[in-house]
Amino acid sequence: MELLANLGDGFAIALSWQNIGLALLGCFLGTIMGALPGLGPSNGVAILIPLAFTMGLGATPSLILLTSVYYGAMYGGRISSILLNIPGDEPAMMTCLDGHPMAKKGLAGEALSLSGIASFVGAFLATWGLILLAPQLVKIALLFGPAEYFALFALAFMTLGGVSSTNQAKSAFAAALGLGLATIGVDTQTGVPRFTFGEVHLYDGLDFLVAIVGLFALSEVFIFLETRHGGSDAAGRKLTIGKLYPPMAMIRQTTPTMLRTSFLGFIAGVLPGAGASLGSFISYSMEKKLVDKEGTFGTGDPRGVAAPEAGNNAAAGGALVPMLALGVPGSGTTAVLLAVLLALNITPGPLLFSQNPDVVWGLIAALFIANFMLLAMNIPMVGLFTRVLMIPSRILMPIVAMVSFVGIYGISGSTFDLLVMIGFGVLGWVLRKLDVPLVPVILGTLLGNAMENNLRRAVTIDNGNWWTLVDSPLSIALWAIAIIGFVLPLIVGARVRAKMHQRQDEEGAISD
Amino acid sequence: MSDRIFGVFGMILAAGYVFAALAIEESFLSDAVGPKAFPLIIAAILGLSSAVIALRPDPEPHWPALGRLAEVAAAVVVLILYAEMLPVAGFVIATAFAAAYLAWRLGSGPLEAAAVGAGTSVGIYVTFHLILGLSLAKGPLGF
Repeated sequence: MELLANLGDGFAIALSWQNIGLALLGCFLGTIMGALPGLGPSNGVAILIPLAFTMGLGATPSLILLTSVYYGAMYGGRISSILLNIPGDEPAMMTCLDGHPMAKKGLAGEALSLSGIASFVGAFLATWGLILLAPQLVKIALLFGPAEYFALFALAFMTLGGVSSTNQAKSAFAAALGLGLATIGVDTQTGVPRFTFGEVHLYDGLDFLVAIVGLFALSEVFIFLETRHGGSDAAGRKLTIGKLYPPMAMIRQTTPTMLRTSFLGFIAGVLPGAGASLGSFISYSMEKKLVDKEGTFGTGDPRGVAAPEAGNNAAAGGALVPMLALGVPGSGTTAVLLAVLLALNITPGPLLFSQNPDVVWGLIAALFIANFMLLAMNIPMVGLFTRVLMIPSRILMPIVAMVSFVGIYGISGSTFDLLVMIGFGVLGWVLRKLDVPLVPVILGTLLGNAMENNLRRAVTIDNGNWWTLVDSPLSIALWAIAIIGFVLPLIVGARVRAKMHQRQDEEGAISD
Repeated sequence: MSDRIFGVFGMILAAGYVFAALAIEESFLSDAVGPKAFPLIIAAILGLSSAVIALRPDPEPHWPALGRLAEVAAAVVVLILYAEMLPVAGFVIATAFAAAYLAWRLGSGPLEAAAVGAGTSVGIYVTFHLILGLSLAKGPLGF
């Protein structure tokens, strides 16, 4: 009952004109960003954070805007998967397998609307999952002391590479690099400057927003410049959509699939180291094993469209659970959302639920509202978004670069930050070339200070005894999960990854 | 080969980080751990992972030809110039040039590039400055 009262309060907050407008704007921009290959959810949210920040939005409105973008991008990714056989973002990769064959059969409209419905079901159920699970997780998190938090942060970093990671050394390198960058600046506990080399601008530390926008958005621009990919992927193709509503029989046929994969995707989202890409992959594989008796998966089976879409949208909702309840994100985009909270001086984690219930419940209510808006945008208005696919990147990318600069300049008004951002852009480009994941770098710069403070607090409380870190059953359990999460990919990682890509090659290599 | 160079570079970075960490002046008032311990742990992870990367390299990544590399370098130079010129020339003029350059290098014709530059800069100026009230860099002409 308390839950419904909370939710009611949330709706009271979310249903202001400003918040509805922001949700609408976020959904619209998010769908566009998801649809455009090259702009994913994390880049999209990254570019908009500084803007939300400089526009002076409060905590709840900014979060509503940015999570709407996040949900929207999860919807939008499928559009180019289905029409062009090019995933609009990474989680939409599996949607290509059956979505594009459906479009080839002249069922593009049905595929788009069905996947829109599947996305809705996945996201809707995941939002309920978030409501039910997050408060339970908060109860556990309240038992955490500094030592447990330190272990939890270590767990987040060690599992971030994910089960599909091929090179754990590179994930570890990325995490250490990020944590190292976070130590730049005046030490919060003793007040001595560290790694500043006398540069006054560095005393405050590196602004993580600058790092995020540089690493994600600007490095994307460099990648486009390098490959001189200036055209539009849709150029010279007919994007016919046809009927915009799926027949009832098709919905009925895919309903069990949607429900099963929503559940699975949600779990994949909550677990550390999984995220939306793996959520859609597991969903597709499981459905193929479970219902594909006639071998129609991969040839345009509607269930093969519904499964990955429900899965990845549910995973997106699931990934919000650890981010809000523990303050430890498990995926790239939730890491970027964590940056929003930190930039607004709100510490996510168990205290968020007791101290800022308006933020939490307002956000959750906004997610429900955004989800309905997205359903409306993505079925009758999908034609609008397919037109966006025609924008060539030689026009789009300069806009992305300039908006990034405006956002960062708006925060600080300093040229120094812009130069640091360009530096991060180059760094991001080099790291991407070398196949080093960027998300641990971001998470390191975000969580570095909190991680160090918890370590020092834990050891100081116990009079300098370092064994205090593994003194409680809870922290031992966390360390055990962390170590398993780090070692497991070494054993099974190559296999899972090979499977993910082999599927992609069988069906997906046709268009390139 | 790229990974080996990368790994060696990472180890040098880790070593430099250790030296910089050891050079941190401790304050007379310190907690039990001090400001050096955490950076040293990080340096150890950085060094170890770099060593593994150098010893067990991945397959060679696809490096662009020299011309493309120069392209990226040129873009970096232009963006640095943009950052430096922003307070001098003002937002609208600087942004128009930078956006036009990027559009041109991504394959727009001269006319289209100019249009993209002008459109981006005026569009951002109107949306973010005039409508949303964000303060952008002011040039000698007041915009």
